Order: sequence, then structure tokens, then C-alpha cells
Amino acid sequence: MFAKGTKRKFSDPGEEPALGAELGPVVRPLSSTYSLQRQSLLDMSLIKLQLCHMLVEPNLCRSVLIANTVRQIQEEMTQDGTWQIMTQALAAAQCPADRLVATEVLCRPSEALAAAQSPKPLPAGPEEEEEEEEEEVVVAAAMEEDVDSEANPLSSSSFLPAPFGAEPGWEDEEDDSEDEDSEECPSDAEDVPDSRRGDQVFGTFEIKHPAPPPDPALEELFSDVDPSYYDLDTVLTGMQSTPKMGPYDLLDSLSPHAAPALSTGTSCRSDLNELDHIMEIIVGS
Amino acid sequence: ISDIISTVEFNHTGELLATGDKGGRVVIFQREPESKNELFSQGEYNVYSTFQSHEPEFDYLKSLEIEEKINKIRWLPQQNAAHFLLSTNDKTIKLWKVSERDKRPEGYNLKDEEGRIKDLSTVTSLQVPVLKPMDLMVEVSPRRLFANAHTYHVNSISVNSDYQTYMSADDLRINLWHLDITDRSFNIVDIKPVNMEDLTEVITAAEFHPHHCNLFVYSSSKGTLRLCDMREAALCDKHSKLFEEPEDPSSRSFFSEIISSVSDVKFSHSGRYLLTRDYLTAKVWDLNMESKPLETYQVHDYLRSKLCSLYENDCIFDKFECAWNGSDSVIMTGAYNNFFRMFDRNTKRDVTLEASRESSKPRAVLKPRRVCAAGGKRRKDDISVDSLDFTKKILHTAWHPTENIIAIAATNNLYIFQDKLNSEMH
Repeated sequence: MFAKGTKRKFSDPGEEPALGAELGPVVRPLSSTYSLQRQSLLDMSLIKLQLCHMLVEPNLCRSVLIANTVRQIQEEMTQDGTWQIMTQALAAAQCPADRLVATEVLCRPSEALAAAQSPKPLPAGPEEEEEEEEEEVVVAAAMEEDVDSEANPLSSSSFLPAPFGAEPGWEDEEDDSEDEDSEECPSDAEDVPDSRRGDQVFGTFEIKHPAPPPDPALEELFSDVDPSYYDLDTVLTGMQSTPKMGPYDLLDSLSPHAAPALSTGTSCRSDLNELDHIMEIIVGS
Repeated sequence: ISDIISTVEFNHTGELLATGDKGGRVVIFQREPESKNELFSQGEYNVYSTFQSHEPEFDYLKSLEIEEKINKIRWLPQQNAAHFLLSTNDKTIKLWKVSERDKRPEGYNLKDEEGRIKDLSTVTSLQVPVLKPMDLMVEVSPRRLFANAHTYHVNSISVNSDYQTYMSADDLRINLWHLDITDRSFNIVDIKPVNMEDLTEVITAAEFHPHHCNLFVYSSSKGTLRLCDMREAALCDKHSKLFEEPEDPSSRSFFSEIISSVSDVKFSHSGRYLLTRDYLTAKVWDLNMESKPLETYQVHDYLRSKLCSLYENDCIFDKFECAWNGSDSVIMTGAYNNFFRMFDRNTKRDVTLEASRESSKPRAVLKPRRVCAAGGKRRKDDISVDSLDFTKKILHTAWHPTENIIAIAATNNLYIFQDKLNSEMH
């Protein structure tokens, strides 16, 4: 019942109450303990949202409660300035090209290829561009830090993309950037960078329960994705063979096709044969 | 082989007890009539019927499995010799007829005893078939299938006091059905936002008022209760009453909302009160007072300092049910370590009991248990918080409508406890 990747014990009982209860409305302790705990709670929550059950629809109530918890954390971090500091630091420190360097997941041929071939998305609008860059940069930084600072694999920098809280229009953003990337790499349909997967946290709500009729933008988005089970294979095999994946790895490996193919409307167009194929992989390993 | 029990429900007289399990099966128990010979063989529950209610399905559109697990069973009030119950999984509600056959016709003219057509030349006279007694057979047949009305997972069903309609609630919508009509239902509550990204609250439970057929209540993941009147509007998105306890700002934490989510709501038999369960407490509300609950009972407050671990292992999302006794004087709910709790509203006394093999030898008296907080004074036989088994959770409990008989589902096992000394309600 423990979320994957969070093997560490949360904290000693003495410190737990700091997060579990008794937070005053005005003064938030900004001790490093509290910040670390809060960060840890944020990471844990995001993992819980990402780890969709593969065969059965996940519990909507649970997902909504976890998502609300994430929002609360983000709001608090925004209020005490931690959020801006974090995202600014990451933006300043990193260059997107660096994201080619790798965690174990990225070292696999198809993933590395995907990373190498994906350019920065073309600007679809000033606001969107900025946010996309931030997303990629944030993720890149997280990965970079995973590689560089192995002594501190659970760095306190967040992979949370900036527009996480920006609800209106995030879906359009995703569509635009996805389309751009598909255009750029027509030969490798699966090579969409996994940079903005934080959006999938909320994306899962919409995608799993699409309003009829389906959104043409979404259809176009996923129409490229359907044949791309190679990536799914890699992801699934990777998830089983990798002995321990940190939260960032998991987030990266959940490429846009993998997660939707697992549990969303894209699969509505997949063959049962292909699904059987996936099942064999899951069961066979 | 028994599966994990997922719902328990007495019928309106308490003669029958139905359980549903994760494998889609329903098992009905019947109470043996009291025997005048042996004092203690009265009122035992034995298996009456077992049938497969739901099968696993595959939603081809979403490439997702639909679990066969029975989420809820509700009995219809008995109107003739047969019994009817509604059972539901995540998507489909079914009406089942349970009837007894203890006679069979014999003496057909055209068929012989085994049902083979007789050679007409051997028929020399006509006879009228007669009904002869046979061994009791319980037949279960599906009578209605209420399907394709729920996009989200059905969490509640509730039969109306008009005995003609019932409602089914999923995470975002509530539908009203007529028991005889399966091809359409009326949507009476819809809280789905236009953009799913704006979704912050879901429906967690719903129930009709026991006497007023126009009133129903539904609870939410934000700890609110809404009483709705179907006479006011076709779509009951506006509530008649909103029951919500204001949050205590000094105890706010990141887990406040999660632990305030209402996992079950039940009207009292009288219809005057509501009983709700959230993660740490059970609350009794007066229908006339929306601002705060009448009574709050701490089920396992010792877990308050463990919320982070319980969030990590997902236990914080466990949905415990609650129950009233027949006279609305005692409420009951489950907890962890196979413990369940009862609170007497009048005497304000409470007790913790355990549903386990050891404590359940026939006619054994249940021993009250106690959980001591970490570091607290520990008496003999106390359990410490850290040694609680969180995999042993009692989510489903039911109380006989009139007598002191309770049914407790502890994972795969069903326990039925009877208070022989005090069989009548006070």
C-alpha cells in the first residue's frame, strides 16, 4: 500500500505534528524541517496522482482529495515566496539542452533519442512559451540534479511545472506543444518530450472522462500516439526492471502516451490485440 | 473460499441479511425461527441463498475493467411472498427477486414425471395436476437491469419511501429511477463542473429520507451535507439545507479536508437526525440545525498524529460506514485492527469491541478493548497505537432494524453478534 518510490520513512514522530496538525493561519514556520516535510508531502501527492491503476479506473474521490492537497501546498508555497524562489532558481540555472543527460530511464535508447530529437517547442504565444520553457527547464533541472547530486537524490527542488495552478488554457497549451513536437519529429511518433507531465495530474480527470463528443484538439493530439506502443513497452519494462525509481524518474517515464494509453480515452481506438500485448508484458515480467 | 465482503444489509424485518463481496457474489442469510425447545437456538442466521450478481466487464471505449465488486445492496420492503433487493457495482444496478419454492405440480397429462412427452395412446383419462410438497428451494432471478446511466462510480443506492422509485449516486451525479422502468432515469443532482480541471468536490454518499419521499440527503468530500427537496425543482443542484461544521482554524493542516470527507450518511429511523462518518469521527446532526452537528463522537482520535503515515499508505482514504440501532439511541461504526465502536447517545458511554475468531466462539461474551495512545499509561490487554493492524479494517457494519443484533464484515469474514440478554430495544 505504500506509494512506489517513497521508501523513506516520513519523519520521526516528534516532527510529524508540524505537518499533520496545528498550523496557524498566519504564521507558517519556515524551518527547513517544515519545508522539507512539505516538499515531501508534495512529491508523495504527485506520485499518488501519477500512479494510475492500469486496468481499473482509479477512485475519483481519492484523486480529487490528493489534487486538492497539492493545490493547498502550492498556494502556501506561493504565499511564503518559496514557490517563486524555486522556479526562478531552476530557470536561471539550467539550459534545456542539458536534459539529455540521464537517469536510468533516459539512458534507454528510445527515450534518449526522444530527448535528443525534441527541440524547444515553437512559441505558440508569449505566455505559453514562457510557461513551457519553465516546465521543461524545471524538469531538466530536476533530472540534472538527480545525476549530479547523488548524495542528495531527493533534492528539494520541485519538478512541478509552473502552470500547474493555472487552470484556464493549460489544455490548449498542451495541445499546441504536442502538435509542434509531432510536426518536428514525424518519424518518431512517440518522441514527445515528457516535460510537462505535471499537467497530467489534472489531465487525467478530463482525459478519463471525456465529454461527448470528443474534443477535436485532443483527438488530433492522440491520433499520433496510438501506434506508439514501443514507448509503452519501454516504460513498462523499465518500471519493472529498475530496482528503485525516485519520484522524478517516474514522472519522466510516464510519457504522454504511456499514461493515456494506460487509462484514458486514447485507448478507445486501440486494438484488443495491442492491449493483450501489453498485458503479456505486464504479466510476463 | 470467501471473498472480501464489500457490503452488508438487513432487510426491513431483519429476517434476512444480505452480503455482497468483491467477487460480485451475494450471500443471503436467513434467521431461523425461534425454537421453543432449545432456548439458545433461536435466531441463528444460516445461509439462505447464494448467487452471482455481477460479473466483471470490460469498457472497450476506455480500455478499463469494470469491477464486479458489489458496492451496495438495498432491500425493497416486502409486498408479497417474494423478496426483492437491489445490488450495484460501479456502473450497473440490478433488481433481484428471491422466492421460495416448496411445492411442485405433479400429474401432468401430456408429460411424465421426468418431463418427457407421453405417448398419447397411453393416456386413458384426464387428471388435474396437484401441488405436492418438495424440499425448499430458493430461487433468485434478475428482474431488472438499470445500466448505462453512470459515467462515474456508483457509491450509493437508496429506495424511496414511496416504494416505487429509488436513487443511485455516483461521484458527480445522482439519478432517480422508477423500479419498473430501466431504459431511462432522471438526473436530479449534477455537480460535474464544465471543466474537469475545476473539479474539487465529489459526492460520497446519498440517501432518501425514511418517511418524506421528496427529501434526500447527499454528502461530499468536503464534509458537507446537502438536504434536497425534489418538489422544489427538477434538478436539485440547489440544496434546501446545507449542513457544514465550520472549520477550527487552529487545527487546520494539509489533511484537514481529507479527514473531513464524509464516507457515509444515514438518516435515523425517526427521520429527525442524520448520522455521518468522516475519517476520525462520527457525528449526529439535527435536521433543524445546519450550523453544526448535535453530537460528535471520536472514533479513533489517536490516529490524529499519524495522519501523514496514513496518507502515505492510503489508509486515510478508507471509507467507513456507520449505523443506527433500531431506537436511534446507539450508533456504531468500524475502525482498524478489526475493532468496531458503539456510542450510546443517552448515557454517553462508548465501547470498543473486536471481531475476531478468538472472541467469537458461540455464546462468548465480547470483551471490551482499549487502545492507548503512544506513550500513555498502558493497562494490561491494551493495544498500543503502533501495533494496530491497518489491514484489518471494519468498513461495513449493519444493525438489525428492531433487535440488538449486529452484522460486522471483517475482510473475508462475517460476524453476527446478538445481545441475548437485552433483545428488546430500550
